[in-house]
Amino acid sequence: MWKEFRARALQAGAEVERVAGRAEALDVIERVLAAEGVCDAPGREAVWAPCPFLQGLDAETVLERLPGLRFDVTLARAAGALVGISQADWGIADTGTLAQDCGAVAQRLVSTLPGTHLALLEADRLVPDLATYLSVQPPTGADYLGLITGPSRTADIERVLTIGVHGPRRLVVVVVDGLTPNPSPLPAESRRRA
Amino acid sequence: MSGKGFRRSVTQALANPTISDALGRFSEAYPVSRAQAYEGIDIEQLRDLVAERKGYAALHLDELAEQFTRAAQSRGVTVYRANSAQEARRYVLDLCRERGVRRLVKSKSMATEEIHLNGYLEAAGITCTETDLGEWIIQLCGQRPSHMVMPAIHLTKEQVADIFSKEVDERLSSDIPRLVAVARERLRGAFLEADLGITGANVAIAQTGTLAILSNEGNARLVATLPPIHVAIVGLEKLVATPQDLVPIVRSLPRSATGQLLTSYLSLISGPAQNVDGAPKELHVVLMDNHRSDLAADPVFRQALQCIRCASCLNVCPVFRLVGGHVFGDVYTGGIGTILTAWFDELQKSSDIQGLCIQCGKCNEVCPARIDIAGLIVHLRQRLAEREGLALLQRVAFSVVNDRRTFHRMLRTAAVAQKPLARNGFVRHLPLFLTSVTGERSLPAIVERPLRDVMPALAQPEAAEKAFIFAGCLIDFGYPGMGESMVRVLNRAGIEVAFPDGQTCCGAPARLSGALDVAANNAVDNLRALADPQVRYVVSACPTCTVSLQDDFEAVLTAQGRQEWLEPARELASRVVDFSTLVRRLVEAGRLRLRPGRSLGPITYHDSCHYRRTLHAEQNPRALLQGGGYQLTEMAESDVCCGMGGSYLLKHPQVSGRILRRKLDNIRATGAPLVATDCPGCVLQLRGGLDKTGEPVQVRHTVELLEELLE
Repeated sequence: MWKEFRARALQAGAEVERVAGRAEALDVIERVLAAEGVCDAPGREAVWAPCPFLQGLDAETVLERLPGLRFDVTLARAAGALVGISQADWGIADTGTLAQDCGAVAQRLVSTLPGTHLALLEADRLVPDLATYLSVQPPTGADYLGLITGPSRTADIERVLTIGVHGPRRLVVVVVDGLTPNPSPLPAESRRRA
Repeated sequence: MSGKGFRRSVTQALANPTISDALGRFSEAYPVSRAQAYEGIDIEQLRDLVAERKGYAALHLDELAEQFTRAAQSRGVTVYRANSAQEARRYVLDLCRERGVRRLVKSKSMATEEIHLNGYLEAAGITCTETDLGEWIIQLCGQRPSHMVMPAIHLTKEQVADIFSKEVDERLSSDIPRLVAVARERLRGAFLEADLGITGANVAIAQTGTLAILSNEGNARLVATLPPIHVAIVGLEKLVATPQDLVPIVRSLPRSATGQLLTSYLSLISGPAQNVDGAPKELHVVLMDNHRSDLAADPVFRQALQCIRCASCLNVCPVFRLVGGHVFGDVYTGGIGTILTAWFDELQKSSDIQGLCIQCGKCNEVCPARIDIAGLIVHLRQRLAEREGLALLQRVAFSVVNDRRTFHRMLRTAAVAQKPLARNGFVRHLPLFLTSVTGERSLPAIVERPLRDVMPALAQPEAAEKAFIFAGCLIDFGYPGMGESMVRVLNRAGIEVAFPDGQTCCGAPARLSGALDVAANNAVDNLRALADPQVRYVVSACPTCTVSLQDDFEAVLTAQGRQEWLEPARELASRVVDFSTLVRRLVEAGRLRLRPGRSLGPITYHDSCHYRRTLHAEQNPRALLQGGGYQLTEMAESDVCCGMGGSYLLKHPQVSGRILRRKLDNIRATGAPLVATDCPGCVLQLRGGLDKTGEPVQVRHTVELLEELLE
């Protein structure tokens, strides 16, 4: 499934990296933020919406390491940020899609307004297709499920594919191994809900 | 707009190179990207599933609407059932007034176009901004979308640059990424200032009260997120029963619409998600009927509710790609758009538009919901004819066709009258208002001795096995030589052929124009003429006639309540066979033999629409021609219509001519000196076109070649 997910996500215009653990993921984030010119100045910030990846990490240490990063996501801050970071709940392999319960508004703001969206995904949370996804994260459980496949795009002028209309121009998917002790996705899902 | 005004708009569209260039290029790229997107998927099975799930929903609209309403309400969503366009508009306006809304943003929604919501709200002083790039372009220049998926496909980047330059008061170049960046910046402001957001929905799931919204740009996500109030306008036909019903639709829609596996964004909204200020969103769903229940109650047209608005019927239509959606359609465009216009707006409005359909059936082949679009357009013609009667010219023509003797007498008179115009078997110029008919192609002269006169003189060996030849008007009065070839080939297989004189027009012209009574009379005349069960085969080399005899007689007679003729129609259908199909069978049975070891050089093959898409017989002539020694070089778009379309050629000669031009280009590109086809109508069109350009490429009905290929 990983191979298919990766191929499909790349095909949709996303960048995909797979890393061994939390520390390596932070390395990628650091690199992406630096490349995008994120720094501690207005209009050059990055915003990171609350997510399981951050649990157990010391927020202060992360902020120190990544200057310009903000955890307090507001509309104005997200609208002015260069990079938005969030964590997808699931990856759908046959279309290279990220899926997330984004009823909480911060999740939608960081993944839509900044020019770059960096999405984290636990490696063992891949499902083969939409039908399976709907059974592990049914719409009855969330006010807003957001599925993202590649960056924002249009072909409305002369059918020329152009990236980044209203949403991000760049989508970086960081697939992280070894985040959960139990690799079986279903129990992990029920644990999170509990 | 009707009659002359409409024809003028067709002429203008044909003269607009931007439309045909943009749509022409797209129509070439589309089949390729669609095929790639469906790779590895059993597309026919998927089409069955979409048709079945949407078909179920169309039969249970009311029940599903109630279920949706209960589910959504239980989660804090306000659901309003709007019976009419006016009720839907009024609801939105009242809400805007109550909440003090001054500015709103919209994502792409056909339902709001359908009810002309923007104009209504703007008149009440509310600023509406379309945020889909294409829709925004259209809004800024005050036009209407010309395509259901790509609203601004008829505009060039230079035109868009002009439109944007005025809006931002700055001279912009036609650099597309720059234009998109301007839109992003400009519309970001509109999102942030808006008091309310309006979206449509692609699917509404009854069981869970969920709206599914697909978008590529991300604007629908922002419309549903940034303003504090979200209103979704949803036509009842978007309802499906369960979340699993969403799956086949989401698998089909992006693949069929843009050749994508999935759009960049798919939002599943089931309740009032958190607003920017932390409070739950105020979410309203307007479930809009606006004649959808009427459509659901109509057993013939109900299937139109299965449409998922992918626009693939537009993308493959040989007429749409020439004239675009401003002519071919209204709010909803193309084939399905014509049908939806008749129901959601008014039947009369579809009157001119439906006439553009050439009945090639290409749309039916790709529709992911298996809607019989071409068939429904014929039904539309019948209803228009019932309500308003046929146009004077058609009425006169069909009153002639209605009576075989008058009809055939007239054809014989015409054969004499055309003499000053005809040379070498062609009529190359027609006077006055008919000049456009001979603009792109010459017409065959009507022969002095039709097949019915030639037949008795043909020497045939007596044989126990008998066949009737059903010539059809064109072979009888235009190409009797084809009929003679048929007879000689069948004789070689030991079959004796008779020509029952009572046979007349197969009724297709009348049926396709909506004159069912005439078509039924034609059917009865032919049933009388061909009623001899001892005659094993009724053979035709015209696919339109074959389809009429096999399928349409029964349908037409049923519709006209002529029960006593149904059994004879079924009996006849069982004996009807297309000529090349029969010959292939006879070859396989060893009763005819192809001459072995010959090398006859290259040939290309044109698929007649009815031959391929209704009879599905296209492999038979290919097998025979190749087996006989021709080297087949397939042309591009071999199965796209040649522009003949029966009387279409008379109704829209310019459109027909332009379709023909493209077909001839594709034939030329193969380099083959010979093109075969299995339809005398296509022969007429192709020969006429090549005669005009004076090219040496030969056009032959397979029948004419087979005689040479057999021992």
